[in-house]
Amino acid sequence: MARYLLLRLADAVPTVLLVLTLVFIAMRILPGDPAIAALGDMATPEQLEIFRERMGLNAPLWQQYIDFVWGMLTLDFGTSLMNNQSVLRLIGYNLPYTIELTIVAMILGVGSGIPLGVLAATHRNKAADSAVRGFSLLGYAVPDFYLGALLLITFSLNLGLFPINGGGEGFLDRMHHVFLPAVTLALVKAAFIGRLTRTSLLEVFGKDYIRTARAKGAREPRVIYRHGLRNALLPLTTGIGLSTLATLSGSVAIELVFNRPGIGKLLISAISERDYAVIQGGVVIFAMFVVLINLMMDLVYIVVDPRIRVQ
Amino acid sequence: MTVPLLKVDNLAVEFGPKANPIRVVDGVSFEITAGGAVGIVGESGSGKSITSLSILRLISEPPGRIVQGRIEFNGVNLLELPRSKMPDIRGRDIAMIFQEPMSSLNPVMTIGDQIGEAIKLHEAMTGEERRARVIEMLRLVGIPDPAGRLDAYPHQFSGGMRQRVMIAMALACNPKLLIADEPTTALDVTIQAQVLDLMHKLRRTLNTAVLLISHDLGVIADVCERVVVMYAGRVVEEADIRSIFRTPQHPYTRGLLQSIPRLDDDRDRLYQIPGSVPLAGSVKKGCPFYERCSLRIEKCMNKMPPMFSFGPDQRAACWVTASQADAKEKEAALQ
Ligand SMILES: Nc1ncnc2c1ncn2[C@@H]1O[C@H](COP(=O)(O)OP(=O)(O)OP(=O)(O)O)[C@@H](O)[C@H]1O
Ligand code: SF4
Ligand SMILES: [Mg+2]
Repeated sequence: MARYLLLRLADAVPTVLLVLTLVFIAMRILPGDPAIAALGDMATPEQLEIFRERMGLNAPLWQQYIDFVWGMLTLDFGTSLMNNQSVLRLIGYNLPYTIELTIVAMILGVGSGIPLGVLAATHRNKAADSAVRGFSLLGYAVPDFYLGALLLITFSLNLGLFPINGGGEGFLDRMHHVFLPAVTLALVKAAFIGRLTRTSLLEVFGKDYIRTARAKGAREPRVIYRHGLRNALLPLTTGIGLSTLATLSGSVAIELVFNRPGIGKLLISAISERDYAVIQGGVVIFAMFVVLINLMMDLVYIVVDPRIRVQ
Repeated sequence: MTVPLLKVDNLAVEFGPKANPIRVVDGVSFEITAGGAVGIVGESGSGKSITSLSILRLISEPPGRIVQGRIEFNGVNLLELPRSKMPDIRGRDIAMIFQEPMSSLNPVMTIGDQIGEAIKLHEAMTGEERRARVIEMLRLVGIPDPAGRLDAYPHQFSGGMRQRVMIAMALACNPKLLIADEPTTALDVTIQAQVLDLMHKLRRTLNTAVLLISHDLGVIADVCERVVVMYAGRVVEEADIRSIFRTPQHPYTRGLLQSIPRLDDDRDRLYQIPGSVPLAGSVKKGCPFYERCSLRIEKCMNKMPPMFSFGPDQRAACWVTASQADAKEKEAALQ
């Protein structure tokens, strides 16, 4: 088990480096001169030169690369070109909102997706199954930004039940603010997790050990949950991990629609203003989260699969 | 006459759509007395597993369903019990072990928990008592260091050891009948012998009745007193072990006997019954063995032979051997 963990961790290192390298390259080949972007068209060549010197843009490429990787790894993201704020502080302010949105969306999505999947699998080819399948199809077909706008118009604008924008202050207010955006993201998650639960469960139900469980006198609820769902958790773990990643990236559009703070919103405005330092920091943070979630999935595998835990 | 422990009477099982069903088990009848041991033998696809699963009503429905017959256990027709009563019988009165030891145990539960669950489902015990019983069962089936193996997972056991765990689990509640569906087929020969030995020993010590399913008559002769020979979903012969080996009456049984490998074998190749088992449910009339039978006559093609008695302990479904026996009897009577 310790070996497995070390291997996973070791796996993450090249991933992180690869991501940083890609970001570095992308930032160099992006159109537009960061110096002009920062100082504006009216800046004199001298001003631009001073700026480049200060930002290390005149150093040899390998030097820039090493400085960049080191800076990212030590969370030294530099300062925003627009307002001279520390990028780390900008991220520090926005990140909790994105994490909060992702977590609440995942809790809602997984919390409703798994029961729906169980319902569908245990009522295979009956009305409940068709209903769940219809819901899944809908979840796949409706784009989340559209759904978000729909919910916003109905529940916030027309009914006034939820705030229209912002992130909220204090726990209850924040939950009030995060609810609609989270529901928007959760609906797609529930559709995905529901389908996955159904397929995984149906596959597990065909296994010999399920027959064994019945043969020793287990009643259906025990067969379904203790033996069935417990084994279906293995494929589900992968699905939930992937789904968390999708939620994270989906949050970009949703933060825009609901006009709430978050890394996605920060990134979008940075892109429109060519704030390279912020774009760079935001993308790296996003990538780090992907790596982190993958690591967490590996940890969950250890818990749910004894074949990894004990060898 | 005493009531047999298990009496299967005229059982039929169908698969597929109701409008166009495939009958994979048809008119199967046999009995097991308390403490007795009966074997079912037949080639792959002859309906042995379906018959044994039917007893516990474990056929998955759909696609399968029991369409006719009675399965009496201690005089109660299990097929008439409400579905919700079956879990009380499974594991407590009738336990079952399966053909596939590698996949029949839950991979994410410790074997201690799996055997313990079988006990927990049927007997009120404290955790301590249950643990002691699990250890006792593991020792009984010959698992070394049973207390130390409670927290092990199935993947840490070999196939033979897993089958022992299955047997321990099946016997944990002291069932009156153990159904063993090809318990040794997936194991290599030495392990096979050990598991059969174990079943022998357990029969003697626990007095559990056994229904042993195999495609190997030798294995059945090892453990059982009586044999049911199945072919294409039907019983074609039923007798005590001695009669089966000395005076097999159905041509199919004779073929099976010829194909058992023997130590004094000097044949280059094992005998094989020519042809293959007809597809389940494809025989609509006449004798199911007709296509492969060397004794067949015209009558066989059109009329399904019923079970004829050959002495007090033997019955077989064959027109030709029945009339031969008749003739012999008349001859004997004349002399
Ligand atoms: N789910 C199913 N759907 C359709 N037909 C089935 C199904 N399960 C079994 N059958 C058919 O029932 C027949 C009997 O199968 P069964 O498993 O009882 O054979 P068996 O005698 O146990 O063979 P083996 O020695 O291979 O275990 C086979 O012809 C098989 O095709
Ligand atoms: S009834 Fe006819 S075909 Fe069938 S086994 Fe006997 S001789 Fe062969
Ligand atoms: Mg079988």
